[in-house]
Amino acid sequence: MAIRAHSAAGVRVNVVIGGTGIGVSTTTEFEEILRLQYAGFIEADSAQSIQLTVELTPPLTLDPDADIQVRGEGSRWTMERGDFHASYDSATRVGKVWQSASRQSLDSVIRIIHSLTLAEETGFLLHAASAIRGDRAFLFSGKSGAGKTTISSLAPPDVHLLTDEVSYVRNVSGRWTAFGTPFAGELARPGENRSARVEALYLLRHGSENRTELLSAASAARSILRNVLFFADDANLTRRVFDTICAFVEAVPVLELSFLPDAGVWELIH
Amino acid sequence: MAARVFRGEAIIMNPADSTLFNLNETATAIWLAADGRTALRSIVERDILPAFHVDREDALRDAGQFAEDLARHAILTLRTEPEAE
Repeated sequence: MAIRAHSAAGVRVNVVIGGTGIGVSTTTEFEEILRLQYAGFIEADSAQSIQLTVELTPPLTLDPDADIQVRGEGSRWTMERGDFHASYDSATRVGKVWQSASRQSLDSVIRIIHSLTLAEETGFLLHAASAIRGDRAFLFSGKSGAGKTTISSLAPPDVHLLTDEVSYVRNVSGRWTAFGTPFAGELARPGENRSARVEALYLLRHGSENRTELLSAASAARSILRNVLFFADDANLTRRVFDTICAFVEAVPVLELSFLPDAGVWELIH
Repeated sequence: MAARVFRGEAIIMNPADSTLFNLNETATAIWLAADGRTALRSIVERDILPAFHVDREDALRDAGQFAEDLARHAILTLRTEPEAE
Protein backbone atom coordinates (compact mmCIF):
# COMPACT_ATOMS: atom_id res chain seq x y z
CA MET A 1 0.00 0.00 0.00
CA ALA A 2 1.44 3.36 -0.95
CA ILE A 3 1.70 5.82 1.92
CA ARG A 4 0.96 9.27 0.60
CA ALA A 5 0.33 12.55 2.35
CA HIS A 6 -0.46 15.86 0.71
CA SER A 7 1.01 19.17 1.79
CA ALA A 8 1.10 22.73 0.56
CA ALA A 9 4.15 21.90 -1.52
CA GLY A 10 2.39 18.96 -3.14
CA VAL A 11 3.05 15.58 -1.57
CA ARG A 12 4.99 14.62 1.51
CA VAL A 13 7.16 11.53 1.72
CA ASN A 14 8.22 10.53 5.24
CA VAL A 15 11.64 8.85 5.14
CA VAL A 16 12.45 7.17 8.47
CA ILE A 17 16.01 6.06 9.20
CA GLY A 18 17.10 4.88 12.63
CA GLY A 19 13.76 5.93 14.06
CA THR A 20 14.20 9.54 12.90
CA GLY A 21 11.75 10.66 10.26
CA ILE A 22 12.31 13.34 7.67
CA GLY A 23 9.09 14.37 5.99
CA VAL A 24 10.01 15.64 2.55
CA SER A 25 7.44 17.96 0.98
CA THR A 26 7.89 18.04 -2.74
CA THR A 27 6.17 17.91 -6.07
CA THR A 28 4.59 14.83 -7.58
CA GLU A 29 7.31 15.07 -10.23
CA PHE A 30 10.01 14.33 -7.63
CA GLU A 31 7.90 12.00 -5.49
CA GLU A 32 8.38 8.87 -7.58
CA ILE A 33 12.15 9.34 -7.59
CA LEU A 34 12.10 9.51 -3.79
CA ARG A 35 9.89 6.44 -3.47
CA LEU A 36 12.43 4.43 -5.45
CA GLN A 37 15.41 5.92 -3.64
CA TYR A 38 14.03 5.25 -0.17
CA ALA A 39 12.06 2.07 -0.78
CA GLY A 40 11.59 0.24 2.50
CA PHE A 41 12.20 3.38 4.57
CA ILE A 42 8.98 5.27 3.84
CA GLU A 43 6.48 5.28 6.66
CA ALA A 44 3.26 7.04 7.54
CA ASP A 45 3.57 10.77 8.04
CA SER A 46 4.37 11.77 11.59
CA ALA A 47 4.19 15.06 13.50
CA GLN A 48 7.50 14.12 15.14
CA SER A 49 9.32 14.06 11.84
CA ILE A 50 11.75 16.69 10.69
CA GLN A 51 10.05 18.79 8.02
CA LEU A 52 11.97 19.43 4.85
CA THR A 53 10.55 21.31 1.88
CA VAL A 54 12.24 20.75 -1.45
CA GLU A 55 11.92 23.57 -3.94
CA LEU A 56 12.95 22.37 -7.35
CA THR A 57 15.05 24.80 -9.33
CA PRO A 58 16.78 24.68 -12.68
CA PRO A 59 20.05 22.75 -12.31
CA LEU A 60 22.65 24.65 -10.35
CA THR A 61 26.25 23.83 -11.15
CA LEU A 62 26.23 20.04 -11.52
CA ASP A 63 29.09 19.18 -9.27
CA PRO A 64 28.01 16.61 -6.67
CA ASP A 65 31.68 15.85 -6.01
CA ALA A 66 32.44 19.36 -4.79
CA ASP A 67 33.14 19.86 -1.09
CA ILE A 68 30.11 20.19 1.14
CA GLN A 69 29.97 23.33 3.29
CA VAL A 70 27.93 23.07 6.49
CA ARG A 71 27.88 26.11 8.74
CA GLY A 72 25.91 26.72 11.90
CA GLU A 73 24.90 29.66 13.99
CA GLY A 74 23.07 28.48 17.06
CA SER A 75 20.48 26.02 15.84
CA ARG A 76 20.42 27.42 12.28
CA TRP A 77 22.41 25.60 9.67
CA THR A 78 23.19 26.27 6.04
CA MET A 79 24.41 23.53 3.73
CA GLU A 80 25.84 24.07 0.30
CA ARG A 81 27.42 22.17 -2.51
CA GLY A 82 27.56 22.92 -6.19
CA ASP A 83 24.24 21.18 -6.79
CA PHE A 84 22.13 22.32 -3.81
CA HIS A 85 21.60 24.95 -1.16
CA ALA A 86 19.73 24.17 2.06
CA SER A 87 18.83 25.70 5.38
CA TYR A 88 17.83 23.80 8.51
CA ASP A 89 16.90 24.76 12.05
CA SER A 90 17.70 21.93 14.47
CA ALA A 91 15.55 23.56 17.19
CA THR A 92 12.34 23.73 15.16
CA ARG A 93 13.37 20.72 13.01
CA VAL A 94 12.31 22.53 9.87
CA GLY A 95 14.37 23.01 6.73
CA LYS A 96 14.27 23.91 3.08
CA VAL A 97 16.27 22.72 0.10
CA TRP A 98 16.79 24.38 -3.26
CA GLN A 99 17.92 21.88 -5.86
CA SER A 100 17.09 20.29 -9.17
CA ALA A 101 15.18 16.99 -9.29
CA SER A 102 18.33 15.09 -8.35
CA ARG A 103 18.10 12.21 -5.90
CA GLN A 104 21.82 12.61 -5.16
CA SER A 105 21.35 16.18 -3.97
CA LEU A 106 18.52 15.39 -1.56
CA ASP A 107 20.33 12.28 -0.36
CA SER A 108 23.28 14.45 0.67
CA VAL A 109 21.05 16.87 2.57
CA ILE A 110 19.36 13.98 4.37
CA ARG A 111 22.74 12.52 5.34
CA ILE A 112 23.89 15.88 6.69
CA ILE A 113 20.73 16.34 8.76
CA HIS A 114 21.09 12.84 10.19
CA SER A 115 24.74 13.50 11.02
CA LEU A 116 23.74 16.68 12.91
CA THR A 117 20.89 14.93 14.69
CA LEU A 118 23.01 11.93 15.64
CA ALA A 119 25.82 14.11 16.98
CA GLU A 120 23.38 15.37 19.61
CA GLU A 121 22.02 11.87 20.33
CA THR A 122 25.20 9.84 20.97
CA GLY A 123 25.33 8.41 17.50
CA PHE A 124 27.12 8.73 14.19
CA LEU A 125 27.10 7.95 10.50
CA LEU A 126 30.07 5.90 9.35
CA HIS A 127 31.60 5.02 6.01
CA ALA A 128 30.84 1.35 6.57
CA ALA A 129 28.84 -1.57 5.33
CA SER A 130 26.81 -3.26 8.03
CA ALA A 131 24.85 -6.44 8.37
CA ILE A 132 22.90 -8.51 10.86
CA ARG A 133 23.82 -12.13 11.43
CA GLY A 134 21.89 -14.01 14.06
CA ASP A 135 20.60 -11.24 16.27
CA ARG A 136 23.75 -9.09 16.20
CA ALA A 137 25.04 -6.40 13.88
CA PHE A 138 28.54 -6.21 12.38
CA LEU A 139 30.10 -3.11 10.86
CA PHE A 140 32.73 -3.14 8.08
CA SER A 141 34.40 0.23 7.80
CA GLY A 142 36.73 1.70 5.23
CA LYS A 143 37.03 4.39 2.61
CA SER A 144 36.20 3.83 -1.04
CA GLY A 145 37.97 0.76 -2.36
CA ALA A 146 38.47 -0.82 1.06
CA GLY A 147 36.00 -3.60 0.29
CA LYS A 148 32.64 -2.53 1.72
CA THR A 149 30.73 -3.54 -1.38
CA THR A 150 32.84 -6.66 -1.87
CA ILE A 151 32.17 -8.01 1.59
CA SER A 152 28.50 -7.10 1.25
CA SER A 153 28.18 -8.97 -2.03
CA LEU A 154 29.87 -12.05 -0.50
CA ALA A 155 27.40 -12.25 2.39
CA PRO A 156 25.76 -15.66 2.80
CA PRO A 157 21.95 -16.03 2.71
CA ASP A 158 21.50 -15.87 6.49
CA VAL A 159 22.90 -12.33 6.56
CA HIS A 160 20.67 -9.25 6.39
CA LEU A 161 22.46 -6.31 4.79
CA LEU A 162 21.83 -2.96 6.45
CA THR A 163 23.88 -0.97 3.93
CA ASP A 164 26.95 -1.35 1.75
CA GLU A 165 28.01 2.29 2.11
CA VAL A 166 26.88 4.39 5.10
CA SER A 167 26.05 2.86 8.47
CA TYR A 168 23.82 4.44 11.08
CA VAL A 169 24.86 3.78 14.68
CA ARG A 170 23.27 5.08 17.83
CA ASN A 171 23.38 4.29 21.52
CA VAL A 172 19.91 3.09 22.46
CA SER A 173 19.40 2.63 26.20
CA GLY A 174 23.06 1.83 26.72
CA ARG A 175 23.37 -0.50 23.74
CA TRP A 176 25.19 0.43 20.55
CA THR A 177 22.72 -0.31 17.81
CA ALA A 178 23.12 -0.37 14.02
CA PHE A 179 20.16 0.53 11.82
CA GLY A 180 19.56 -0.16 8.17
CA THR A 181 19.93 2.77 5.79
CA PRO A 182 18.88 3.48 2.22
CA PHE A 183 22.33 4.99 1.60
CA ALA A 184 23.63 2.67 -1.08
CA GLY A 185 27.08 2.27 -2.56
CA GLU A 186 28.04 0.24 -5.58
CA LEU A 187 25.37 -2.37 -4.82
CA ALA A 188 22.91 0.38 -5.76
CA ARG A 189 20.14 -0.93 -3.55
CA PRO A 190 18.89 0.21 -0.15
CA GLY A 191 19.67 -1.81 2.93
CA GLU A 192 17.08 -3.68 4.96
CA ASN A 193 15.11 -1.56 7.40
CA ARG A 194 15.95 -3.39 10.60
CA SER A 195 18.31 -2.97 13.54
CA ALA A 196 20.39 -4.94 16.01
CA ARG A 197 22.92 -4.53 18.77
CA VAL A 198 26.46 -4.05 17.44
CA GLU A 199 28.69 -7.04 18.16
CA ALA A 200 31.91 -5.85 16.49
CA LEU A 201 33.36 -3.38 14.04
CA TYR A 202 35.87 -4.51 11.43
CA LEU A 203 38.28 -2.17 9.66
CA LEU A 204 38.63 -3.58 6.17
CA ARG A 205 41.94 -4.25 4.48
CA HIS A 206 42.67 -6.33 1.42
CA GLY A 207 45.05 -9.14 2.37
CA SER A 208 46.54 -12.43 1.27
CA GLU A 209 44.48 -14.41 3.78
CA ASN A 210 41.37 -14.04 5.89
CA ARG A 211 42.29 -13.03 9.43
CA THR A 212 41.37 -10.62 12.18
CA GLU A 213 43.44 -8.70 14.69
CA LEU A 214 42.01 -6.88 17.70
CA LEU A 215 43.02 -3.21 17.78
CA SER A 216 43.81 -1.11 20.82
CA ALA A 217 41.10 1.36 21.75
CA ALA A 218 43.32 4.32 20.81
CA SER A 219 44.10 2.88 17.40
CA ALA A 220 40.45 1.95 16.87
CA ALA A 221 39.23 5.43 17.79
CA ARG A 222 41.69 7.08 15.42
CA SER A 223 40.68 4.82 12.52
CA ILE A 224 36.96 5.20 13.11
CA LEU A 225 37.15 8.97 13.46
CA ARG A 226 38.69 9.12 9.99
CA ASN A 227 35.67 7.30 8.58
CA VAL A 228 32.92 9.17 10.38
CA LEU A 229 30.64 11.26 8.18
CA PHE A 230 30.45 14.62 9.85
CA PHE A 231 30.33 17.73 7.74
CA ALA A 232 29.60 20.59 10.12
CA ASP A 233 32.13 23.26 10.87
CA ASP A 234 31.20 23.30 14.56
CA ALA A 235 33.72 22.67 17.33
CA ASN A 236 31.16 21.75 20.00
CA LEU A 237 29.43 19.11 17.89
CA THR A 238 32.78 17.82 16.64
CA ARG A 239 33.83 17.36 20.26
CA ARG A 240 30.62 15.43 20.91
CA VAL A 241 31.30 13.14 17.98
CA PHE A 242 34.80 12.57 19.36
CA ASP A 243 33.38 11.64 22.77
CA THR A 244 30.82 9.35 21.14
CA ILE A 245 33.48 7.44 19.20
CA CYS A 246 35.64 7.12 22.32
CA ALA A 247 32.68 5.67 24.22
CA PHE A 248 31.94 3.33 21.31
CA VAL A 249 35.46 1.83 21.18
CA GLU A 250 35.39 1.27 24.93
CA ALA A 251 32.26 -0.86 24.55
CA VAL A 252 32.58 -2.56 21.16
CA PRO A 253 35.51 -4.69 19.93
CA VAL A 254 37.21 -3.19 16.89
CA LEU A 255 39.29 -5.51 14.72
CA GLU A 256 41.29 -5.17 11.56
CA LEU A 257 39.93 -7.63 9.01
CA SER A 258 42.33 -8.62 6.25
CA PHE A 259 40.45 -10.57 3.67
CA LEU A 260 40.48 -12.21 0.29
CA PRO A 261 37.55 -11.57 -2.02
CA ASP A 262 35.92 -14.94 -1.34
CA ALA A 263 32.95 -16.02 0.73
CA GLY A 264 35.22 -17.73 3.27
CA VAL A 265 35.74 -14.40 5.00
CA TRP A 266 32.25 -14.69 6.44
CA GLU A 267 33.38 -17.70 8.47
CA LEU A 268 35.17 -15.16 10.67
CA ILE A 269 32.03 -13.07 11.18
CA HIS A 270 29.82 -14.42 13.92
CA MET B 1 40.83 20.24 22.75
CA ALA B 2 39.06 16.93 22.97
CA ALA B 3 41.12 14.14 24.45
CA ARG B 4 40.86 10.65 25.87
CA VAL B 5 43.47 8.37 27.38
CA PHE B 6 43.15 4.65 26.63
CA ARG B 7 45.49 2.38 28.59
CA GLY B 8 48.13 5.06 28.86
CA GLU B 9 47.88 6.25 25.24
CA ALA B 10 46.18 9.55 24.52
CA ILE B 11 44.22 10.45 21.45
CA ILE B 12 43.74 14.18 21.05
CA MET B 13 41.62 16.05 18.56
CA ASN B 14 41.58 19.71 17.73
CA PRO B 15 37.83 20.21 17.16
CA ALA B 16 38.45 23.40 15.20
CA ASP B 17 39.91 21.46 12.28
CA SER B 18 39.40 17.80 13.36
CA THR B 19 43.16 17.15 13.35
CA LEU B 20 43.95 13.96 15.26
CA PHE B 21 47.01 13.11 17.32
CA ASN B 22 47.87 9.79 18.86
CA LEU B 23 50.41 9.91 21.66
CA ASN B 24 52.45 6.95 22.82
CA GLU B 25 52.80 6.24 26.53
CA THR B 26 55.82 8.48 27.02
CA ALA B 27 54.28 11.39 25.17
CA THR B 28 51.02 10.88 27.05
CA ALA B 29 52.85 11.02 30.38
CA ILE B 30 54.45 14.34 29.39
CA TRP B 31 51.20 15.77 28.09
CA LEU B 32 49.30 14.78 31.25
CA ALA B 33 52.01 16.28 33.46
CA ALA B 34 52.12 19.60 31.58
CA ASP B 35 50.43 21.78 34.17
CA GLY B 36 51.80 25.16 33.15
CA ARG B 37 54.06 25.36 36.19
CA THR B 38 56.39 22.37 36.02
CA ALA B 39 59.38 22.71 33.71
CA LEU B 40 59.69 20.16 30.92
CA ARG B 41 63.07 19.07 32.27
CA SER B 42 61.47 18.40 35.67
CA ILE B 43 58.64 16.41 34.09
CA VAL B 44 61.15 14.23 32.27
CA GLU B 45 63.20 13.66 35.40
CA ARG B 46 60.19 13.09 37.66
CA ASP B 47 57.84 11.10 35.40
CA ILE B 48 59.71 9.73 32.41
CA LEU B 49 63.15 8.53 33.55
CA PRO B 50 61.91 6.37 36.45
CA ALA B 51 59.00 4.88 34.54
CA PHE B 52 60.40 4.25 31.07
CA HIS B 53 64.10 3.53 31.71
CA VAL B 54 65.35 5.66 28.84
CA ASP B 55 68.59 7.55 28.42
CA ARG B 56 68.35 10.94 30.09
CA GLU B 57 69.78 12.99 27.22
CA ASP B 58 67.65 11.15 24.65
CA ALA B 59 64.57 11.65 26.78
CA LEU B 60 65.19 15.38 27.20
CA ARG B 61 65.82 15.84 23.48
CA ASP B 62 62.74 13.80 22.47
CA ALA B 63 60.57 15.60 25.01
CA GLY B 64 61.66 18.98 23.65
CA GLN B 65 60.86 17.96 20.09
CA PHE B 66 57.54 16.52 21.16
CA ALA B 67 56.58 19.67 23.05
CA GLU B 68 57.47 21.87 20.07
CA ASP B 69 55.46 19.63 17.77
CA LEU B 70 52.36 19.84 19.98
CA ALA B 71 52.83 23.58 20.34
CA ARG B 72 52.87 23.96 16.54
CA HIS B 73 49.42 22.37 16.51
CA ALA B 74 48.19 24.49 19.43
CA ILE B 75 47.78 21.46 21.67
CA LEU B 76 50.39 22.69 24.12
CA THR B 77 51.60 26.20 24.98
CA LEU B 78 55.33 26.61 25.52
CA ARG B 79 56.45 29.14 28.13
CA THR B 80 59.84 30.17 29.38
CA GLU B 81 58.39 31.05 32.78
CA PRO B 82 55.84 29.17 34.92
CA GLU B 83 52.24 30.18 34.48
CA ALA B 84 51.02 32.53 37.20
CA GLU B 85 48.82 30.82 39.81
